[in-house]
Amino acid sequence: MPRLNVLLSSLLATALLLVSSMAAAVPAIQNWRTTNGVSVYFIPARELPMVDAQILFNAGSVRDGERPGLAKLTSGLLEEGAGDWSADAIADRFDQVGARFSASSRRDSASVALRSLVDPRYLQPTVETVARLLKEPTFAPDAVERVRQQMLTALRDRAQSPGAIAQDAFYKALYGDHPYAIPPEGTPASLNAITRAEIQEFHRRHYTAANAVIAIVGDLDRPAAEQLANALVGGLPQGEPVPPTPPVPPVKASQTIRIPHPSSQSHILIGQVGVHRADPDYYALYLGNHVLGGNGLVSQLSQEIREKRGLAYGAYSAFSPMRQAGPFLLNLQTRNDQVDTALQVAQTTLREFTTNGPAPQILEEARQNITGGFAVDLAGNSKLASALGGIAFYGLPLDYLQNYISMMNGISLEQVKSAWQRQVQPDRLITVIVGGDQAAPKPAAGS
Amino acid sequence: MPSPRTMVAAFGLALAPATFAAAPVHEFTLANGLKVLVREDHRAPVAVSQIWYKVGSSYEPSGLTGISHLLEHLMFKGTPTVPGGEFSRLIAANGGKENAFTSRDFTAYFQTMEKERLELSFRLEADRMRHLLLKPEDVTKEAQVVTEERRLRTEDQPEALTQERFHAAAYVTSPYRNPIIGWMQDIQAIRPDDLKHWYQRWYAPNNATLVVVGDVDPAKVRELAEKHFGPLPPSELTPPRLDQEVPQLGERRIVVKTPAEVPYVALGYKAPTFKTAAEDWEPYALDVLDGVLDAGSSGRISRNLIRGSQVAAAAGTGYTPTARLEELFVLEGNPAPGRTSSDLEQALRAEVAKLREELISAEELARVVAQVAATDVYQQDSLFYQAMRLGTLETVGLGWSKFDNYVQRIQAVTPEQVRAVARKYLTDDRLTVATLEPLPLEGRRLSAPAAGMDHAIR
Repeated sequence: MPRLNVLLSSLLATALLLVSSMAAAVPAIQNWRTTNGVSVYFIPARELPMVDAQILFNAGSVRDGERPGLAKLTSGLLEEGAGDWSADAIADRFDQVGARFSASSRRDSASVALRSLVDPRYLQPTVETVARLLKEPTFAPDAVERVRQQMLTALRDRAQSPGAIAQDAFYKALYGDHPYAIPPEGTPASLNAITRAEIQEFHRRHYTAANAVIAIVGDLDRPAAEQLANALVGGLPQGEPVPPTPPVPPVKASQTIRIPHPSSQSHILIGQVGVHRADPDYYALYLGNHVLGGNGLVSQLSQEIREKRGLAYGAYSAFSPMRQAGPFLLNLQTRNDQVDTALQVAQTTLREFTTNGPAPQILEEARQNITGGFAVDLAGNSKLASALGGIAFYGLPLDYLQNYISMMNGISLEQVKSAWQRQVQPDRLITVIVGGDQAAPKPAAGS
Repeated sequence: MPSPRTMVAAFGLALAPATFAAAPVHEFTLANGLKVLVREDHRAPVAVSQIWYKVGSSYEPSGLTGISHLLEHLMFKGTPTVPGGEFSRLIAANGGKENAFTSRDFTAYFQTMEKERLELSFRLEADRMRHLLLKPEDVTKEAQVVTEERRLRTEDQPEALTQERFHAAAYVTSPYRNPIIGWMQDIQAIRPDDLKHWYQRWYAPNNATLVVVGDVDPAKVRELAEKHFGPLPPSELTPPRLDQEVPQLGERRIVVKTPAEVPYVALGYKAPTFKTAAEDWEPYALDVLDGVLDAGSSGRISRNLIRGSQVAAAAGTGYTPTARLEELFVLEGNPAPGRTSSDLEQALRAEVAKLREELISAEELARVVAQVAATDVYQQDSLFYQAMRLGTLETVGLGWSKFDNYVQRIQAVTPEQVRAVARKYLTDDRLTVATLEPLPLEGRRLSAPAAGMDHAIR
């Protein structure tokens, strides 16, 4: 085994050298505003004759108010009719030029994404279609009813999934009265109550230039990208910025929620309030979490729960920062009769990590995974577009990608440890367990 | 206003010029039989390396279902020179992403890393191709992990559970009747010796394909491949008995009762693939037919069943023309609230009947061609996908270049050919129907059931 250690350190040394030369390969972000004030983020990628564009709005479920599901219903209805085009006409317009379109919404944001060939014969009709469905969706009563029914079916689907039940219970317990507690998928009562007028008003209020950013990656020069941005969002009304999302109060006390479900496994979620996207602690927490549970089989949670004990297929942890503090969440699933053991191992692993911090060598390997894998994370228009969308929506610095590796390299072990001790309190955790009774299963055939 | 036929031609000319074509593939074979495929893609300083073995769940005998997938898990458990867990640790510490997947027809392992790390991939993959330890205690523990995976992906997922039983009901003799992950009782009964035999039989350079796509120099890749894989001895390969599916003698139906909320129905027609088709053009025609039903929101399923009659809350189709054996052309979905699985089944069957009776329109065909041509460009954005496609085609025995003219072959399909394959294959006597009948969630399962998925991922 000494042989391997020698090998490893020589490889790691090589990694450090390579990283500096790679930083130069990270593409620069261009940024400007459209005439109506939408901030545009653009990375040219000239190799393939295609373009990806994503438009993000401050229009997620955090804006649902008394009507959980309103943001998602609004987003889902965009492609169901616009101007004098029916849903069928819109579908034809995209498909006959081979364009891809999707609309989605989450807690902070709602977005539309399009992918098209850059040849104007295909791109132009696609852009016209997207611009119109953002600006003039019809929200026809029959479409509202249909998409409402689809969302109600999706809710019933969540009700048969122990993982989804656990997620919903976790967010509810974690966020209490904060709007992040609102389930983006809605509730049956709310979905049934939403009116067409409410949808129209939600759209009028949120799908505006003042609440939008746009991210573009593709085979365009600067003038063509400017033209594209203007064509997509230049026609949006100015609008008023939405009020800021309120800060999230911390969890005050530990709480354990058990929900029975006729499943053979129990889903275990453990966590608390984490950090927001601009929190200076985020990167130290992220780096530390790579050691604890963010780096696949190599992470401590996987090692303890899966590799050493065979208790679960997956055991992970993650910070999911949002505009305000997103959750820190640890997640695993295990056979019902193993819940107590798995829970104990997970809690102990978390407590020891928070108390002691990572071992120096392990931290360096986690750092190498992040920095050495950075080029992989950005390889391809799809991955670049996704990263750029996040930078645009959360207003991260334009040199974020250029600085990422040196920033990661600048975080000390002490910073990791102190950030974890500041942000994670193992004595104040929300724990959710969804699953069947904990009777031992029948002995397996052949064992 | 051009006529629809002209439009098809226009799309074809516009979307397939040579400049859009992917870079050429460099192919060579080592003396021990390892085939190597390299495609240069210099957009980013990274490379994906995948090693594909010609073995998967369709090679497995009764009683040993899931052994290919369990072996895939155990491939990370160590060799005499690289102890258990070290493989993943080394790849991670070098900035790599890695994983593996098992399917009906193949098992594959991959690493995506900064391009200078390719040698690490090769060294580690070559080592575990012939030197796996397979310690009994690792087998026991990993079998437990796989049973947890099975609970997660199948047992507790009403639709996956139904799909598993659907495949088991559709096939009588074909190994496609078994789930990739294996039946629970088999996963728990597989012995270390079984795994050793399976490993020795299939994990050899002359049963593998190495695929590299990325910012690499083919000559350098060849040199590294020779260095690390070249010394490995080949095996004497004995192909498995090919169990053909016996001809179906009439429609089959099953019901799956399990705690659930949302009803679900799946219809599967026995359909040929590139490997099994009597006529070379038939799978392309089925591919177009698939697109007419379900490519984008303009497909007939969205247009007629989700938006039109609103019988479906969600529905779609599935067909894998690259399967090694006879495949199912699947139509599936969830009925909308107030409608039943039977309503949805009838609606799906009516769509199939229409394809048997009427020619698809020129506009529909043009839309499918446009989407296929555009997708052919979009797919070049993903190194992983490019390697995946080469690896799949080579491993199922079609040859990696099979899809080089894919867009042109799709463009050449006529409405008459689409109707012909519908008439020949989408018939009641070739059909299996599975219906999920939800039991109350407060109730208990009838018994411990089992899985059907395209890929079991580590």
